Amino acid sequence: MTIKETNTSVASVSRRRFMIDTSLAGGGLMIGLASMPNLAFAQKAPSYNPNTIMKAGDPEVNAWVNIKPDDTVVVRIARSEMGQGTRTGLAQLVAEELECDWKKVITESPTPGQSLARKRAWGEMSTGGSRGIRISEDYVRRGAAAARVMLLQAAANELNVPVAELKVDKGVITHTPSGRKTTYGKVSEAASKLTPPDPKSITLKDPKTWKVAGQPLARLDTADKVNGKKVFGADLQLPGMLCAAVKACPVFGGKLVSFDEAKVKNLRGVKGVVKVNDFTVAVVADTWWRAKTALDVLPIVWDEGKGSNTSSPDIEKMLRAGLEETGDFWQRKEGDAVTEIKNSARQVEAIYYTPYRSHVNMEPMNATVRIGNDRAEAWVPTQNGEASHAALAEAAGLPLDKCEVFKLDPGTGLGRRGGTQEYVGQAVAIAKQFPGVPIKMLWSREEDMTHDYYHPIAMAKMSAGLDSNGNITGMHIKVAGQSINATVSPMAIKDNKDVRQLQGFYAEPGDAQFGYKFPSLLTEYVMKNTHVPVGPWRGVNTNQNGLFMECFMNECAVAAKKDPLAYRQAVMKDFPKHLAVLNAAAKKANWGSPLPAGVHRGIAQFMGYASYSACVAEVSVTGNIVTIKRLVFALNSGHVVNPWLVREQIEGSVVMAMGAIFNPEITVENGRIKQTNFDSYPLIKLASTPITECVLVPTNDFWGGVGEPTICVVGPAIVNAISTALGRPMRNFPLSKENLTLA
Amino acid sequence: MQLTVNNQVHNIDVEPNMPLLWAIREIIGLTGTKYGCGIAQCGACTVYMNGEPVRSCSIPVSAVGSMKITTVEALSADNSHPIQKAWIALDVPQCGYCQSGQVMAAAALLKRIPKPTDADIDNAMSNICRCGTYQKIRDGIHVASGKKKLADVLAQYEASPKTRG
Repeated sequence: MTIKETNTSVASVSRRRFMIDTSLAGGGLMIGLASMPNLAFAQKAPSYNPNTIMKAGDPEVNAWVNIKPDDTVVVRIARSEMGQGTRTGLAQLVAEELECDWKKVITESPTPGQSLARKRAWGEMSTGGSRGIRISEDYVRRGAAAARVMLLQAAANELNVPVAELKVDKGVITHTPSGRKTTYGKVSEAASKLTPPDPKSITLKDPKTWKVAGQPLARLDTADKVNGKKVFGADLQLPGMLCAAVKACPVFGGKLVSFDEAKVKNLRGVKGVVKVNDFTVAVVADTWWRAKTALDVLPIVWDEGKGSNTSSPDIEKMLRAGLEETGDFWQRKEGDAVTEIKNSARQVEAIYYTPYRSHVNMEPMNATVRIGNDRAEAWVPTQNGEASHAALAEAAGLPLDKCEVFKLDPGTGLGRRGGTQEYVGQAVAIAKQFPGVPIKMLWSREEDMTHDYYHPIAMAKMSAGLDSNGNITGMHIKVAGQSINATVSPMAIKDNKDVRQLQGFYAEPGDAQFGYKFPSLLTEYVMKNTHVPVGPWRGVNTNQNGLFMECFMNECAVAAKKDPLAYRQAVMKDFPKHLAVLNAAAKKANWGSPLPAGVHRGIAQFMGYASYSACVAEVSVTGNIVTIKRLVFALNSGHVVNPWLVREQIEGSVVMAMGAIFNPEITVENGRIKQTNFDSYPLIKLASTPITECVLVPTNDFWGGVGEPTICVVGPAIVNAISTALGRPMRNFPLSKENLTLA
Repeated sequence: MQLTVNNQVHNIDVEPNMPLLWAIREIIGLTGTKYGCGIAQCGACTVYMNGEPVRSCSIPVSAVGSMKITTVEALSADNSHPIQKAWIALDVPQCGYCQSGQVMAAAALLKRIPKPTDADIDNAMSNICRCGTYQKIRDGIHVASGKKKLADVLAQYEASPKTRG
């Protein structure tokens, strides 16, 4: 027996100067600060949910599993939970391999600092791209299986029997020949001292034999979400904390020239007005409302810069011109599509427009930071704890091991709180000016909506040639629009070609493969950037590309006078998984069966995030009012870890996608975002939300995502149904531009 | 100034124009009531004033007077309100941020209309949820009102009380 190296690292972590203790009942969050400031606030609700932060130094079987003497199984979850259910799903996978009692499972999350100190024992923490489970399932399951092996060996040692004579069921170990029993809790400490098996030597369970995974089990973290007890970043109250409200230059790229602190410094509660960076100012006060109220009346002079010359019509004009540009824009070239189309019996062409969209997470952007002498700490609602950690270290000017991030479950993320960590930098810049004082920086809704990394704006010119039978001879997809990578990761753009913007049109199988085979194909992306920052937004570029492609397929089917389902099926023979999902949705929706008078169907399929999605919509249009009667989905995500949570993700994707095609768009006026709150940028509400029916058709031979894949088929299925109802194609979004509103 | 929140009288010294939401959150320290928009659009800040649901972000604390405020923390002591029970049984919340307001709005609806129809739910539930939990909110209200059986709703999603764990 040897002491595991990882255990010594835990001990060193526990010696850290600052410890966070989540176990104090009802006492609020206690931090062992070197000098404890007066308690300015008292959080009446219990502080952190025990589902959140791992206590450094706790005993463990291995990095993934800690079993207490009372048989409570603590599963460590490294990915962020923002409503998508990853916490519960990963815990199910662990419980499955561990063979523990699901009813005794609780979870906790290691911090980025703890992970760093243990050579990234928990792998990457990034939670975006619908990857929370599919990218980590293998090492998480192996970690759990390794813990099972160690627990059984410890039991064998204790009972002095061969391990082969033991069996385990729900954490109870039985020596089969003698009937003697012990439990995981009893042997956990001994197990932790054993040499862990090589993870590669472990055979994982066949998903067909799963008992805990694959079940629609209840979430582990719902109870505190129905009584106000769950503490979000915006709710955080730390001893001695001050609050900050921030305002960045309303025009992106503009600069802060000056502000008149004297006008607000005597307002009640105000502790200071500080420059955050070259384009942002903050008011710090004893409460956030006082900070925000003072900021609202603070005289600020901005140099708006050249961005102020740009408004939405200018951007649209630029994109439209981009569609006509010729150059080295191609990404896929199979045959000579341009010539094929020209020489075809018939040409079909359509230009589509999709606007900027804001994330508008219900919990506005926020971060809380405390800068000590040689240590920085941050409490961050984040989709990527390690990215927050890096942002903290960079802004604080301290090495990573002098920094720590405590992750809080975000009040949704939707892509906004992952790669774009500028909000952490802002909070650090403020906190540096109040050494030793925790600063909670919270954005107003207005700041949040006007300083987003928006879903990129795009246009597409879709062209197809049809032969005399209506079959497609060539397809030319030309997209002009803004590049996410140009804003967030310019290094990913090679030779001015940004592959990411054509997500869903890829030849390669596995992630976002195009599901149609045409005799010739040309895909092009014309990059047209603006001063407006853009970023990933649930579904990312499958949103507009799915809409362009699937609406255009419908236009081609109409031109060919063919059924839109059969028209697709005919060109999908090389893509059996795409086709199977399309057929599953059509079957569930009884495609082709008679509909009530005035009700029309639309269909769409697309692939993203390694999963295959299809949707059938039934709508009616009365005057200019659209009513969505029914939505049917099929999804093949490979494996299904928790079907209940998968269905909830599909239901959620419907609401977000409906907003994207019906609700007002984000527009730019004199360089700034015109929409500031839910009055000018409303979201879908309950009354407009149809009942979603889902058929899950996993083929159990790959790991696909779930949070994002279905969002891109919702819009085109609905739009195709509307186009059928009205007898004319819809090409401009939101549909208010086609004079349509949602019931 | 006195403010009665969850049957407890608080003496608070604040600006009269401070919205009730911020007095509850930052002065009294009850953070279950959420900030979502500040302009009474989203409903995340829903509390009861003398039993009636209001959007606390847009009510100055000076307008409250002796009216009794109830926040989500006092809906029940132990998640035993029928709405809370249904919300847990169906896992209505996703991220959970808006759900304090959703729960308060739904509980107020049941008080007014014990067995609401779909149309009643459409009219009453105008709170915004960015996760898009509306379908489960509708189910949850029907289960809480007794209009639908939990097992029937679970079956609709190919689940049963047993498979929910």
